[in-house]
Amino acid sequence: MSLLTIEGLPAAEISRLLDLADGFVEVLDRPVPKVPALQGRTIGMLFYEVSTRTRMSFERAAKALSADTMTFSPSGSSVSKGESLKDTALTVGSMGPDLFVVRHASTGAPWRVAEWTGLPVINAGDGAHQHPTQALLDCLTVRQHFGKVDGLRVAIVGDIRHSRVARSTAQAMATMGASVRFIAPRTLLPFDVEGWPVETTCDFDGAIDDLDVVYMLRIQQERGGGDVFPSIGEYVNRFGLTRRRADRLPEHTMVLHPGPMNRGVEIDPAVADGPRSLVTKQVANGVAVRMAVLLDQLSGSEKT
Amino acid sequence: MPEVINADDLGRAIRRIAHEIAERNHGIENLVLLGIPRRGVPLANRIAMVLEEIEGTSPPVGALDISMHRDDISSRPTPKLHGSSVPVDVTGRTVVLVDDVLYTGRTIRAALDAVNAFGRPAAVQLAVLVDRGHRQFPIRADFVGKNLPTSGAEQVVVDVEEVDGSDSVRVEVSSQEVQG
Repeated sequence: MSLLTIEGLPAAEISRLLDLADGFVEVLDRPVPKVPALQGRTIGMLFYEVSTRTRMSFERAAKALSADTMTFSPSGSSVSKGESLKDTALTVGSMGPDLFVVRHASTGAPWRVAEWTGLPVINAGDGAHQHPTQALLDCLTVRQHFGKVDGLRVAIVGDIRHSRVARSTAQAMATMGASVRFIAPRTLLPFDVEGWPVETTCDFDGAIDDLDVVYMLRIQQERGGGDVFPSIGEYVNRFGLTRRRADRLPEHTMVLHPGPMNRGVEIDPAVADGPRSLVTKQVANGVAVRMAVLLDQLSGSEKT
Repeated sequence: MPEVINADDLGRAIRRIAHEIAERNHGIENLVLLGIPRRGVPLANRIAMVLEEIEGTSPPVGALDISMHRDDISSRPTPKLHGSSVPVDVTGRTVVLVDDVLYTGRTIRAALDAVNAFGRPAAVQLAVLVDRGHRQFPIRADFVGKNLPTSGAEQVVVDVEEVDGSDSVRVEVSSQEVQG
């Protein structure tokens, strides 16, 4: 019932979901990439934040499983007339969805929707808090490439403080046995980072020849991420994955990015599109992972 | 419970099915064998090996995972995906589905649905090691290793070397597992 956070999900459970997702990679590769598994089911999509890949990825996943979708976005809706999240959730809930996918700028919003509606909810990103399906697709991408997650050295670089991806992916990868390191200016590390299963450093160059995976993050200007260092130029110099820095990475090291990318800031365009980049693989795997999670949420119980 | 088919019988049943497939189709040209995981896949491979002996060449063999096409997904735990591997475009070919036990017919109904995701076959035939009756759909097998009348309270257990370490078919008293 519900996938709200990656926290507390045991390694065996993550592996089970990844195995299921691996199966859907094959399904998506078929001449007719569609199965009737969720025929007759309806997914309510409450997207209070702008989103390209997550929203389209969930829609693609739902449709590949033959489910129907109802998508809500606040612009052009009754939110502009003052309708609250609760009333919107209850209104859409009355139209008969079997499950909600919720993205909201406020931490905890998906929990509240689950509480109010009594329906399963998949958290598609809440504030700077959690993004569990992103964590799963990152683990899947890394596992497909390296054959494992356990024992890999993973660096997550950039605006950690404002990143739900960093929180979710670091937790998932640490649970799966990777050793995770945050590389960021101190001002972009979370206040409570001591309690996390990660090491931290401000020295990208010092860490670079010791990594299997480099996970680059965008500076979240909209959450104040750009206000805490003197200039973009200095940031690029110290924390950007420039060509020069990428050339110093060990040959086998792979680069991930959750998107959207700011080319030329956290990542050089040549690196983003280069042979080390798993970025498009991440996006493709996102559909398979969301199929796995949707099916997992909606199988094993009769429609209510 | 005693074996109703031992390893030798099982081998003979496979040989007979292979001969019947070759006879019915006037050879193996344009055939593709698709086993239904898990035990249908090794059975399909064995049929192909016998066809190789008879015809001097063997048809392509693949696996057809039907778990996403079942009609009872909402009432069962999340299924495991075995994965399909269909080695050729099935459009215009004769597909021979291979499974271990034919029971309600629901698995085969799902397989007929699943095979369409890979193209439009000219014809679909069905080969099963055991037909135990109790059909819930108008589906019958073209090639049957052994007809085994059973009661609904019984279960037919097929072991194959590749999955279970030995070849045998036993009838046991009911369990929860639903066969297709």
